[in-house]
Amino acid sequence: MMDKTQPVTLFIQCLIDGMYPEIGEAVVRLFEKLKIPVDCPLDQTCCGQVAYNSGYQKEARMAAKRFIQLFEKAAVIVCPSGSCVDMVRHNYPALFKDDFPWFKRALSISSKTFELTEYLVDILGIEDIGACFDKKITYHDSCHLLRNLDIAEQPRKLIQHVKGATFIEMKNSDKCCGFGGTFSVKYPDISTAILEEKVDNIIESGADTVVGCDISCLMNIQGMLSRKNVSIKTLHIAQLLAGQ
Amino acid sequence: MTQINTQFYKKQAQKAICNTVLQQALLDLQNRLGPATKAAYNSLAEGPALRKTAHDIRMHALENLDILLETLAQKIRQQGGHVFFAKDGETATNYCLEVARNLNVKMAVKGKSMVTEEIGLNTALMRNGIEVNETDLGEYIIQLAKEGPSHIIAPAIHKTRKQIGKLFSEKLGIPYTDDPPTLTKAARRVLREKFLRADMGISGCNLACAETGHITTVSNEGNIRMSSTMPKVHMVFMGMERVVAKLQDHDILFRLLARGASAQNMAGYVSYIGGPRSADQLDGPDEFHLVILDNGRNKILADKEFREVLTCIRCAACLNVCPVYGKIGGHAYGFPYSGPIGAVLTPLMVGINKAHDLCQGETLCGACRKACPVDNDLPRMLLLLRAKLADGDKDWEVERNNPAEKIMFMAWSVLIRNRKLFDMFLRAGYWIQKVFPRENGLLKKLPLGLNGWTASRDIKPIAPHSFILLWKKKHR
Repeated sequence: MMDKTQPVTLFIQCLIDGMYPEIGEAVVRLFEKLKIPVDCPLDQTCCGQVAYNSGYQKEARMAAKRFIQLFEKAAVIVCPSGSCVDMVRHNYPALFKDDFPWFKRALSISSKTFELTEYLVDILGIEDIGACFDKKITYHDSCHLLRNLDIAEQPRKLIQHVKGATFIEMKNSDKCCGFGGTFSVKYPDISTAILEEKVDNIIESGADTVVGCDISCLMNIQGMLSRKNVSIKTLHIAQLLAGQ
Repeated sequence: MTQINTQFYKKQAQKAICNTVLQQALLDLQNRLGPATKAAYNSLAEGPALRKTAHDIRMHALENLDILLETLAQKIRQQGGHVFFAKDGETATNYCLEVARNLNVKMAVKGKSMVTEEIGLNTALMRNGIEVNETDLGEYIIQLAKEGPSHIIAPAIHKTRKQIGKLFSEKLGIPYTDDPPTLTKAARRVLREKFLRADMGISGCNLACAETGHITTVSNEGNIRMSSTMPKVHMVFMGMERVVAKLQDHDILFRLLARGASAQNMAGYVSYIGGPRSADQLDGPDEFHLVILDNGRNKILADKEFREVLTCIRCAACLNVCPVYGKIGGHAYGFPYSGPIGAVLTPLMVGINKAHDLCQGETLCGACRKACPVDNDLPRMLLLLRAKLADGDKDWEVERNNPAEKIMFMAWSVLIRNRKLFDMFLRAGYWIQKVFPRENGLLKKLPLGLNGWTASRDIKPIAPHSFILLWKKKHR
C-alpha cells in the first residue's frame, strides 16, 4: 500500500510547460487542495516520446537516460498526460531491453510513474475533489491513456463528481482524434479527416466543454473548433478539477 | 507479383478523402463492425482473453513452422493430394499454369483469396488464355470493374449499389437496378453457369491443421465450397504461415476469426478439406493441389522482432477500427493488404523504403491491437519499421529515409538535455511567432514544415512564461 500523503514529484509534459503552463499550475493547485506536498525537478524538459514515435530511438534513449537521472530519487511521479506516462512506463523499459543496468533503472521509474487521474482515483482513492463547474461536459478518451494504460473510468468518475456539471458521452469517444504526434504535420490531410469526425461527434453531443487528460489531443481538437468558429471549449481535466 | 503502388499513398489518400461516397461507406462499415466485433469477443465463454491464447497458439505454430509444414504436406500426400512449396509468386503461378496445361484447363472458378491477389494469379492465368471467374460476390464485382480489393474481406466496400447496378447493366446486359437482391440474383445466375463449366477451382486457405492434414476455408456465400468440389481439380494457395498444430487450436482460431471478420459466431460455410475425392465419396475433385507460398515470409519469420506479424489470420478486424483506414480506404495502400496489417506487412514484403508512407502514415492509436483476434501487436512493429527508416538497416536493406529529419532530431536531443538551452528555444519561439497572424489568442498560420497543421487548425502560441519559469518565480 502506498503512502497517501507522500510528496508527489511533478512530471510536466513539454507541451504544457511551453504552451499551456496554466494546466501545470492547475495540477499544483489540485495537490495543494489535497494537502499533498509537491516538488518539481527544474531541469526537466521532454520525455522523448516525439523522437521515439518517429523512429529516432537513439535520440529517445538519450532523453530517457536524462529523465531517469532527474526523477530517480522521487518517491512517486505524477504527470498530467497519458501518452507521456505510457512512454515512461512501457517504452523506457523497451528502449533499454539490451542494456541491463539501464533497464533496471527504467523499470524502477516505470513502476512509480502515474497519470494524474489514475493517481487520484486508484492510489489516493479520491473521486470527489469538491470541484464545481456549471456546464455540459463531454469526455474524449486519448488513445495511449485508454488503450496502453487502461484508463477510462477514472476520469469519468472524477467528472461525474463535479458539482453543477452535466456529463454527456459523445459517440465513439474512444476513437482517435487524428493527432498522432508528427503524423499531424506529415500527413495533415489524413489527420484533418480523422479530426473532422471527432469534432462532428463533439458537436453532436450537445456539450459545451470537451474534457480530456492529454493536452496533445485537446490542442488538436481546440485547433479545429477555433478554426470552425465553434464555441465549444476544450479543458484539461486538471483545470476542471482545480478550477480555472 | 501484383503491381506495387505504395509510393502513391499520400496522393491516393487525398483522393479517397475527397470521395464523399467512399467516406460514407467507410463510416458505415466501421460504425457497424467495430463495436459489433468487440461485443462478439465479450460474448465468448472464455472472454476476450481468448485472444491471448490464440496469440500463443499462433506464435507456437510459427516457432515450429518447419515441422508443422512438413507434417501437413506428408498427411496431404498420404490422402492423395499434391503439395508444392513455392519460394515466390512466379514459382507459384507457374506451378498452377503447369497443372492447368496438363489437365487442359480452359476456365477456372475462384474463391476469395488474398494470397492470390498478392501474387497476381488472375493476370498470369488470363495471360495464358485461361478464363478466371471470381465467385465471391464482392470479388466478382471488382473483377468486372477491373479493380483491386479495398478491404481484406469486403473487397467491394468502396462501391455503392448504384455503381454496381450500372456496372452489372453494362457488363451483364441486364436492365439497370440498384436493388441488392436482384443484383445478387443476376450474379448468381451467371456464376452458376461458370461453376458447372469450370475445369479448375481455386481457393485460398484460412488455416491449415498439421495434426489432421487438412486445410479449411470459410465463406458466407457457399461459393468456395462449390469452387472446391465441382471442378475436376482444386488448387489451393496458402501463405506458409497459415498452419497450426492441433485441431483444438484450429477451432479456437475459427471462433475468433468469424468474430473478428464479421462479428459472427461462425461463418456460414466452413469446409475442411484434406485431399481429392476418395473412392467412397460422391463429390469432390479428382485432383487436389496445395501450393504453400513463401514470397518473403521466411525473411519475416527469421526476424524475431517481426515474426509476430505472421500470426495474422486476415480477418480484417483491424481495418474496421483503424482511424486512418476509415478515411483513406484500402486502395491508398497500393498493395492488396490494407489497413494496419498492410501498414506492417506490405513494407516487409515490398521494401520498407518503398512503402515508408504506410508505416509512417498511421496515428499509433492502438485500436488495431485491441480489435485483433490474435492480439497482434501491430503498433510495436510500426514503431520498429519507423526506427529502421530513421537510421537505416542492413538486414532489411533500408536506407535512412529522411536525413534532414535525422539532423533535426539530433539537434532536438541536444536541446532537451539542457534546460537553459530549452528555455532559450522557447523564448526564441515566443518572439518569432509574433510575426504570424492570430485570432482569439490562437495562431492562424505556421511556417513551412508546420503549415500542414494550420491548413485546417489554429494553434495556441508558446506562452510568455513556461511552467518551470513560473514555478521558479513562485518558489524563489
